[in-house]
Parts: sequence; structure tokens; C-alpha cells
Amino acid sequence: MKVELFKDFTIADYHKWLREEKISLPELIEAFLERIKSIDPDLHAFLEINQQAALTEADILVKGDSFDKELAPLWGIPIAIKDNICVQGLPTTCGSRILRNYRSPYNATVIERLKEAGAIIIGKTNMDEFAMGSSTENSAFGPTRNPFDLERVAGGSSGGSAASVAALEVPISLGSDTGGSIRQPASFCGVVGLRPTYGRVSRYGLVSFASSLDQIGPIARSVDDCTRVFEIISGKDEQDSTCAPYPPFSRNDIPTEEEIRKLKIGLPREYFSGEVEKGVLELIEQSIDLLRKNNLETIEVRLPHTDYALEAYYIVSPCEASSNLARYDGVLYGFREKEGEDLESMYLSSRTRGFGEEVKRRIILGTYCLSSGYYDEYYLKGMKVRTLVRHDFEQVFEECDLLLTPVSPCLPFNLGEKTKDFYQMYLTDIFTIPSAMAGLPALSMNCGYCDHLPVGLQIIGPPFREELILGLAGFLEKRLSLTPPFPNFHQ
Amino acid sequence: MDNYYVTIGLEVHCQLLTTTKMFCRCKTDYFGKAPNTLVCPVCLGLPGSLPVLNEQALRLAILTAQALNCRILPRVVFHRKNYFYPDLPKGYQISQYDLPIGVEGKIEFDFKGNREAVRIKRVHAEEDAGKLVHEGLNLPFGCSGVDFNRCGIPLVEIVTEPDLHSPEEARECLVMLRNVVRYIGVSDGNMEEGSLRCDANVSVSPSPEKMGTKVEVKNMNSFRSVFRALRYEVDRQVELLEKGESLYQETRHWDEARGITLSARGKEEAEDYRYFPDPDLLPITLEDSFLKEIKAAISELPLTRKERLMIEHELPENEANILVQDKTLADFFEEALKEFNQPRLLCNWMLTEVLKNLNEAGIDITESKVSPQQLAELLRMIDKGEISGTIAKGVLEEMFTTGLDAREIVSKKGISLISNEKELEKVVLEVVEKNPQSVADYLSGKEKALHFLIGQVMKETKGQANPEIVKDILLKKLASEE
Repeated sequence: MKVELFKDFTIADYHKWLREEKISLPELIEAFLERIKSIDPDLHAFLEINQQAALTEADILVKGDSFDKELAPLWGIPIAIKDNICVQGLPTTCGSRILRNYRSPYNATVIERLKEAGAIIIGKTNMDEFAMGSSTENSAFGPTRNPFDLERVAGGSSGGSAASVAALEVPISLGSDTGGSIRQPASFCGVVGLRPTYGRVSRYGLVSFASSLDQIGPIARSVDDCTRVFEIISGKDEQDSTCAPYPPFSRNDIPTEEEIRKLKIGLPREYFSGEVEKGVLELIEQSIDLLRKNNLETIEVRLPHTDYALEAYYIVSPCEASSNLARYDGVLYGFREKEGEDLESMYLSSRTRGFGEEVKRRIILGTYCLSSGYYDEYYLKGMKVRTLVRHDFEQVFEECDLLLTPVSPCLPFNLGEKTKDFYQMYLTDIFTIPSAMAGLPALSMNCGYCDHLPVGLQIIGPPFREELILGLAGFLEKRLSLTPPFPNFHQ
Repeated sequence: MDNYYVTIGLEVHCQLLTTTKMFCRCKTDYFGKAPNTLVCPVCLGLPGSLPVLNEQALRLAILTAQALNCRILPRVVFHRKNYFYPDLPKGYQISQYDLPIGVEGKIEFDFKGNREAVRIKRVHAEEDAGKLVHEGLNLPFGCSGVDFNRCGIPLVEIVTEPDLHSPEEARECLVMLRNVVRYIGVSDGNMEEGSLRCDANVSVSPSPEKMGTKVEVKNMNSFRSVFRALRYEVDRQVELLEKGESLYQETRHWDEARGITLSARGKEEAEDYRYFPDPDLLPITLEDSFLKEIKAAISELPLTRKERLMIEHELPENEANILVQDKTLADFFEEALKEFNQPRLLCNWMLTEVLKNLNEAGIDITESKVSPQQLAELLRMIDKGEISGTIAKGVLEEMFTTGLDAREIVSKKGISLISNEKELEKVVLEVVEKNPQSVADYLSGKEKALHFLIGQVMKETKGQANPEIVKDILLKKLASEE
């Protein structure tokens, strides 16, 4: 069986086929494994394929469940997991040499929930080292390529998770988003990616990059699939103090079409500037027109601190990262350079050789900004800017219900195009960072193609109002009627 | 030496008596456990793990601050203290920085007849680190291992202001701190086992206006070594100043075996811990009702108890002081007092015989087989003249080994006081006949001779004679000799 058959499928469709026994669960898993085997050598979305365990899991599910009763929400659905989310027994490398041989002895909370919902973990996906990057070129194991053009990047840092879903190596995946790491690659790969409100999904088992910004979120081929995964992974968790004490998301809360037509959509002027590539801007404006045609009101709004958000982000997140990454010292686990002369030289050489350039750059930056005497000037000031950025959004959401913006100012760029100039690379996240700094939920979805490359639009909502975002995204998806991607790049 | 002003401040760490660790659910009873058996992804700092605060640890830390008369800050914020060391698996310690649990407290204790009050600068909560192991465990030659069982155990750090002015006073202050944490049940305060650790800042100066150069002394593992190390350090600093040399601000380690402090090398440059609020833990706002509820658990503190024992039971200060050093000892005393209301006598027995038996058995009062009620019964028997004090000492010894009641032991051994006058008269006559010199001495006015004669009677009767009756008979007999 070829996965091409499933290119328009949602989870509900897979379940229908499984119930009607048009396909057996082992066949379904085999089909995806076959797809991965055939295209991943070119795409390089995966760092680890969980072949045997996935097939065993499928057998167990088949034996344990009967089609007579209701299937668990994600029963038998293969899912790919970004390699910074811990799955018991599988490697968790975070795309880093320093964790090359590390296997997690425990499951992240989201993994426990996915398993309980019947999902089958099919593998771990490539990423920028410790989620630091916007192109997956910072992976110690080589970049992931864009399924629409193998010479271009898949985005990052969740490039593997986005590319694998876009190329239908897997129908759904999990990514993580610190400053745009779900939304930007989802945009570059033409799929749906949701960054939930900070605190909506447990971070327990997500390897920390910047604790106050990191969030796990789903990547899928449709808004509905994205919603279904989100329902499973969201909700309070006693193992994460920063996780909000709310019950899981329910799609029953999604507003009706009638209610959606009453939403007022804000268009922040700062996100429609000359920095945005023309092709991107045109497609976003077409979507805005589509909304207007459907009687939704749009208004221009201002987010005056947008420009400062990026700068503050590159203070606050490296500060947290410098501390979060201190544990990779070669003592208890992970890469250790051959015994040094003394403790300090062991630390030095293990970390020097274990970490890549971008990670070291941010560790040094963060260490500097937290140093005695600089803390007030940098970290504290960064946090104050963060508060201002949040106030911007709070005020704007007094005037409108949701914001609609581009995800990235640019189209997927060529491999190597921005690796020489890290500041140019940072700028690709300029529209995803402010909402992350404010802890807000935001979604990226495909809104068309420019020169055969996908373009994403972003919907940003108030805290814990994912139902509005998903409602509008579904509304748009239906009317844009774009076919889910099935790039046929092989041979 | 007398021309120098000594200034000492203490930094004390106490392990809190919680059943689980500060940020995970691993057990805390690590003493004597095989290495790395009380660990989990959280206390090992494995990638992806997150801390969740143990409320009990927070409560005990607040209780400590309250017992030390601190002002409790309304917001609890944990900071990360960043540094590299193999016993610190996250590369940072979760601690507190500019917002400790309590500030501006004080601790009072009596020293050389004065009531001293030492100011407490701050009380904060933090997690303990693991422990390096350099031998055993089948380690390859030249290798060290790390035992993470201790890692993540909650600690409370108590920092005093530099209000202490001699090693003796510092030791007394530390003893009182230990007693307080034991009284309120937040820590077992055992220096030898490391559940209480003390570092000290010491400086000497020729003038009281200007403080000298501060030297931090570490690695003192008993009250005795705190005293010795501080004594040594004060002498060392004075000697250097006398020679006209200058002192460096540094950290020195106490070497117990050699009785000296040594400069800790490699720490010349001041460490920058890059403190910042731990983003994995949200700040906690403390409600007044919560603080009140915790404070209600504070029992009587040692100093108050000492005063009460002195006033209510007319105990001398010294005795009262020894009793209250150990809460369980004072509890035992007051429990026994309910059934034998002679505080002085009871106190004497507690501080001599009871302590002697405990020391010999190498146990403390909580492990004693003798209950307060049993001790009270023994003392009542002496009081009623059923047995002599000498006999009672032997009986108590046996009570400590067997746990039997005094009455049971006495009746089983057939030892009870001979109060039969006829029987005793016979012995008295014999003794008087055998000791003409003593009789003569007594008659010539030497009172002491009487005690000797009584002693001889006791000896003849193997201590079973009722000494009061013996005395009466002897006096009568001697009067007739005159």
C-alpha cells in the first residue's frame, strides 16, 4: 500500500479505513515505514526510526482493542516526535553531538498521553541543535531538506517534524516552539503548526532550551488533526510547575461558523512592512480578502514594541539556555572528551567539542548577560521589554479578537544561504518571537504557494483562547481549499 | 591577643526533616544507603526533567525562619546558583537569592552569665548537592565516583550577622541554633552525620571601629572542631598582624587531623554564580493564614524552657541548661516529674545516673528502655525508704538493660531495705566494736567519723540497710558510749 492514497486523509479517515478493514493497522504502519525508508535518505527528517517497536505496538493495539467499541482518539496513528522530547528507551539527542549516545530512561508527559490515546511513536525527528536555529542546519547530524525543494531548508528548529508531515512520512508530529520553532518550519513546509499558550501543555520531558518560552505543540496536515493532537497533549500536569491548572483543550469549545463571522481580526501594521517578501505579502492579503468577503471585520492595529521583541528575545533566551545547558558536562551522561588532565579541562574539552557553534554562541551570550554587574543591564532589561511586548498584545486584544500576520518575512531559503550571517537567520523569526515572548498561542497554516514554495499565515490569539485560533484556521482552511501537500520529489 | 577585636559570623546549613526530597519524590533517608539508590530523573537533572516544590520543605523552612524571629517575606522566589561541579548534576543549585524566606531575625542564648542576642541576616531554602566518593565502591584506581542520594535533599541556610566575638561564643550560638532546629523538629541537627553544617567568617582587627579582613573557614564537622578551627584561625590572623603582614580575603579549610586551616587553592578569583530566578518554578505568594498555621506549630524554645524550669521547679541554671540542650531529655524530665514531684532530686538523677547509663549504652534518651514513669517509680521507692540510693543505682542499671520495672527487679533479687531495727542493731554493735578508733574520734567531736561508721554498716549489709534508721541507732549507741 502506498501512502499517496492517504494524502487527503485526516485522523477520522484513517479510523474509518481501519474500522472497515480496508487496511490493517500493521499494514498502515508498514506503509509509513516504507515511505520513510524510501524518501528519508534525501529528506533527512528523521534521526531515529522506531521500526520494530512501532510494529510491536501496532500488534499490541490490534490484539487489545476491538473495533466494536470506540477507538482511542489517536488509535494506531503514527506520530513523529522532535528529538528534544523524551521517549523512554529511544535516543534524545536534541540534534547535538553532546547527547549523541543518550537514551532517555523515561517518557515525557506528552508521550505518556499520546500512548494512552493509542498513538504509535514512529521515530525521532531532526532539529537545530537544542532547538537553536531557524533552518535545521544547526543539527549536528546534517540538515533536513524542504520537501518542496531539496535545495532549500525546511525551516527550524522543528524542521524534521514539519518536513516529515509535509512529505507524508507520518500524518502528525510534535514539535517545540521557543521563538517560532513550530510555526516557521510549518510555514516553510506547507503544514499546520500550533504553538499553544505557555503553560497549556506540560514541558515535563521536553529538554529545556529557554524554560520561560518553550512549548510543545502539534504539527499536522489539517487543522482538525492539529486540534485532535492538541486535545490529547494539553492539560495540567503535576510534574510541571509552570503548567496551568486547566483541563485539556476540547474541540467542543471551537466556535461555530456563525460565531467566527463575528470575530474582529486585527492586522498589526508592524507585520506588513517592507521587510516582508512581496510574494508572501500577496498571499497573506488574499487570505485577508477572503475573510472580508465572508463578512469578517478587519482592523489595522499597532504593536509598537515589536522591533524590541527580537532583541529582548536574544537576551532572555540565551540567559536561560546558558543555565539549562550547564548540565551537559560529560559527567553523568552524554559525550565526554577523553579524560582531561583535571576536572576543568574535562569540562572544557567535552563542551567545546560536544556543542556546535550556534549553541556555544548563545551560551557565551547568556553567560555574559547574567554575569554580576550585567544582570540589570541585560537580563532584567530584557524581562522589562518582555512585559512591554505583552502589554502591547493585551491592549490590542481589547480592540480585536485575533491577529492575522505572516509567519515569516521570507520564503524557504536555500541551504547555506543564511548560515554565514546569524543575524539574518535570527530575522526570519521576527514575526513569531513577539507572541512567544508574550506567552500567547499562535498557529501557522498554509495559505498558498509562491514559486511552488509554501507560504504560511499566522493567527495569534489571547492566552488560552486556542479555540478561537483553531476555529478561524478551520474556517480559512475550508475556504482556501488547498490540497494537503504531497511533494513528489523522489527520482 | 587581648588588643584585637574578633568578629565572627556563622553560615549554617540544616537538612530539613521531610520524607521526600525538595523537588522530587525520592526518599530522604539516605544515611547508610547504597550509592545512587535514591535517585530519579529530577534529582539527577536528566534532560527534560523539571522540579516541583515539596510543600513540606517550604513549611519547615518558614518554621525555621519564624522560630528565629525573622520577618517572613510575602513572596517566595527560587533562584538558580550556577556553577560547575560533578556533584551538581544540573550545573546549578536551586537556591534563593535576594528574596530569602526570612530576614532580620535574631537568636538569643546565655553566654558567661549574659543574655546574648545575635542577629540573623537571612534564612533561605535550597537543595543539597550530591557527594563525591573517593574510595570503595569498586572504583578504578585514581577515579572518584558521585553518589546522588543526597542530591536534592532540602536544606535551610541560616546566616548570622557578624555579631560573635570569640570562638567560645560562636560555639554557644551554634549549639543554640542546633537546639532550636531540633526543638521545632525541622532538622535532627547532627553535625557528625552532616545534617547540620557550619561555615564561619572570621576577622580580627586592632580597632573595634574597623573590621579586619574576612576569612571564610569551612569543613568543620563537629562543635569541637568549630571551636578549635576558630581558635586556630583567630590566633593565626593575630600572629600575622603582629608580624606586620597583611591578610587576604580567602576561604580556608579546617584540617581536623593536623589542627590547622589551609588555604583552599584555585578559588582565588571570586566566583560569579550568575543568579537568576528559576523559570521552572513560579513565585509563591504566602498567605497570612498559611504563615499563622505554620507558626502555631512552634513549641517552647530552649531558652524559654530553661527559664521556666528555673522558675517553676527551682532548678539551678546549670542543671536546667543541660536538661534543655536536648529537647527529648527535657521532655523525659517533665514527664517523670508528673509522677515524682521532686525536681531537684529527679534532675540530679537524670544528669548523673540516667546520662551515665545512656552514654555507656551509646544511645540517646529516645532509645532508652526506661520510661519516665519507671524512673519516677524508682525514685519514689528511694523516697519511701524502700531501697537505698546505692541500691537504686544498681537497679537503674538493670532497668536500662532489661527494661523491667524497679519493683520487679527489687523483689526478684530479694533486695529491699533492712528496716528491721533489731537486725540492724546487731550489725551496728559489731561495727562499733570493730572500730574503737572511729568511735573515739566521733566522741572527740569529729563528725566525719559518723559517716564512716554508717558506711561500714552499709557495707556489712551490702547496702540494704535503711541509712536513716542506721543513723538513728548509731547515734543512740554512741550517746550511750559517752
